[in-house]
Amino acid sequence: MDIQAPQPMFDTDELVLNMGPQHPATHGVLRVVLKLDGERVVDADVVIGYLHRGVEKLCESRDWTQIVLITDRMDYVASATNNLGYCETVEKLLSLEVPRRARYVRTILAELQRLASHLVWLGSHAMDIGAVTVFLYALRERELILDLFEEFCGARLTYNSMRIGGLPLDVPSGWDKKVVQFCNVMMQKLPEYEVLLTHNRIWLERTRGVGVISGPEAVAIGLSGPPLRGSGIPRDVRKDEPYAAYDEMQFDIPLGTSGDTYDRYLVRLEEMRQSVRIIRQAIEGLPEGPIVGKVPRLIKPPAGETYHANESPKGEIGYFIVSDGKATSPYRFRVRPPSFCNLQALRRLVRGHLVADVIALIGTIDIVLGEVDR
Amino acid sequence: MADENTPESPATAKAAAPKAPAAAHKAAAAPPLPPDPPPPAGLEPPEFVAALLKAFPDAGLQLSFWVGDWTVIVGPAHLIEVARFLHDAPEALFDFCSDVSAIDWPARAERRFDLVYCLYSTILRHRVRMKVRAAEGEAVPSVTALWPAANWLEREVFDMFGVRFSGHPDLRRILMPEDWQGHPQRKDYPLEGPGELILESPQEWLRLRQAVEESEIE
Repeated sequence: MDIQAPQPMFDTDELVLNMGPQHPATHGVLRVVLKLDGERVVDADVVIGYLHRGVEKLCESRDWTQIVLITDRMDYVASATNNLGYCETVEKLLSLEVPRRARYVRTILAELQRLASHLVWLGSHAMDIGAVTVFLYALRERELILDLFEEFCGARLTYNSMRIGGLPLDVPSGWDKKVVQFCNVMMQKLPEYEVLLTHNRIWLERTRGVGVISGPEAVAIGLSGPPLRGSGIPRDVRKDEPYAAYDEMQFDIPLGTSGDTYDRYLVRLEEMRQSVRIIRQAIEGLPEGPIVGKVPRLIKPPAGETYHANESPKGEIGYFIVSDGKATSPYRFRVRPPSFCNLQALRRLVRGHLVADVIALIGTIDIVLGEVDR
Repeated sequence: MADENTPESPATAKAAAPKAPAAAHKAAAAPPLPPDPPPPAGLEPPEFVAALLKAFPDAGLQLSFWVGDWTVIVGPAHLIEVARFLHDAPEALFDFCSDVSAIDWPARAERRFDLVYCLYSTILRHRVRMKVRAAEGEAVPSVTALWPAANWLEREVFDMFGVRFSGHPDLRRILMPEDWQGHPQRKDYPLEGPGELILESPQEWLRLRQAVEESEIE
C-alpha cells in the first residue's frame, strides 16, 4: 500500500531573481543574480562589466600627461582623487619633488572631493532606503562644492584638476575665503542630515544589523575605506602612508564597532566632519610659492615600476605603473579600483538578508560603476 | 640592451633619456624587457625579506628594489609556500591583498607574463610586491585560499591576459562578455578591438592582423 506524502500547496523551489542591469538602485549598470528562498537571499552572483571601456589598455597608448584626463572618467563622482593618485605615482617614478603649496591645494581639493562624493553617497543611499528628502539636502551642498571646483578649474564633474609635478593653475583670488565659507555652511548642514536619519526609527530598522562583517573578515575579503573602518580596523592611507600634505594635518580616523550598515553610515558622516577640519587647516596654513615642480619637458620616467596608494572616498585607490624607460606612455597601467574590490564583498554581505536589504547593501558599499568596470 | 634595462638610479637615467618625438610610443622594433632592477649594494632589506630569504634558501628568490618599493620574484612552484610565509610569519603578516595584476612581456618568450601581487599588512603597516613569472598556458596556483580578496582580481587577470589559476573557486571572465575571443590586455591585442571579423573567423582575423603589423614595421 502506497501512502503518498502530502503535496505542499506551493512550490518551495529556490527562485532566481535578476536584479539589474537596468535598475534604479544599482547605481548604474550592475547586475545581481539573486538566488532566493522566499524573501531570503541564499546566494548572489554579481555580474559586472557593462561599463567596461578598457581604460587600462587605452592608457597604455596615451602620453603620460594625457592620462590625467582619462583617470577622471573612472570614478566620476570623485575625479580629483583619481587625478591625485595618478600624478603622485608618476611623480614617484620620476623622483619628482612637488612644491608645498601644490601639495596643500591638492589636499584641499581631495577633501572637497571626499565631501562631494560622500554627499552623493548619503543622498542616494538614503533615497534607496526611502528617505527622499536627504537626497535633495545632500545635493544642495554638493552644488556648492561643484561651484568651488568650477571656479578653480572650469569643470564641474571631470576636473582634470592636477598635473604631473603640481597643478595646472593657482587658486583664484578670494577662493580660499569661499572655501572657508563653505566649510561653515557644511558644518551647519551636517546636523540637518543627522536629524533626518541618525535617530530615525525606519533608518535604524533598515540599517542596524544589516550586512554585518567582522574586522578580520573585512581585511581578508579586501574591503578598504569606510566599509573597512566601519568594522573597526584603523586603516587609512592618509595616516598610514601619508601623501600630499596629510602628514602636516591633524585629523582623526572614525571607527565603527559592529561593522553593520549603520556603523558605516556613522563613519562616513564623521569623516565629513574630519574633511572639513582638514580643509580649514590647509586653508589656514596655505603656503606661498610655486605650484609646479621641476618637471622635465618630455615626461619619460626611467625603466621601473611602482605601486602607490591613495585614500579615495571609496577606499584605497592604487596605481601600479610600469615604465620601460623608452616610450612616452606607460608600458603597463593598472588601477586598483576600490569600488571593484569592495563590491566583491557584496556576495558575502547579502547572504541571509531580505531582497530589500540588497538595495541597502549596494548603497552602503558606495560603488561607482565607472570605476568598477573601467 | 641589458644595461639599458637596469639603470642605476632614476636621476642618471633621466639625464640620459634621449629626446624622442611624442609619436614614438608605437612599439619600436625591439619590444622592451622587464627592468626589475636589483637592490643597490649596501641597502639593507627589511626584516621580513631577510627572514623570507632565510626560510627559502633553495627557492631561487630574487629581490628587486625601485623608488622605495621592494619586490620579491618567485617561481610558480614556490608561490604558495612563499605567499603563506608572507601571510603568516610574525615579521611579515601581510593580511591585506591590495592588488593582483599582470604584465605582458612578449619579448620574454619562455615566461611571458609577470603576475604582480601587491600586499599590505594592516598590522605592521608595510608593503611588498610579489612577482611570479608564468608561461603562456601554464596554470598558476591561486592564492584565494590565503586572501579571499584575490578572487575577483585573479578573475580579471584571467579575463585580460588569459592566465589560468589552478584551485580558483570560480574562474570565469569578469569584465568582458562570456563568449569573448582573446584577452584584451595582451600586448598583441589591438587597441581598437577585433571588430566584427573575429567573431566570424578568428583565424582570418589573426592573419590580417599580422599582415598589418608587418607592414607597419616596414
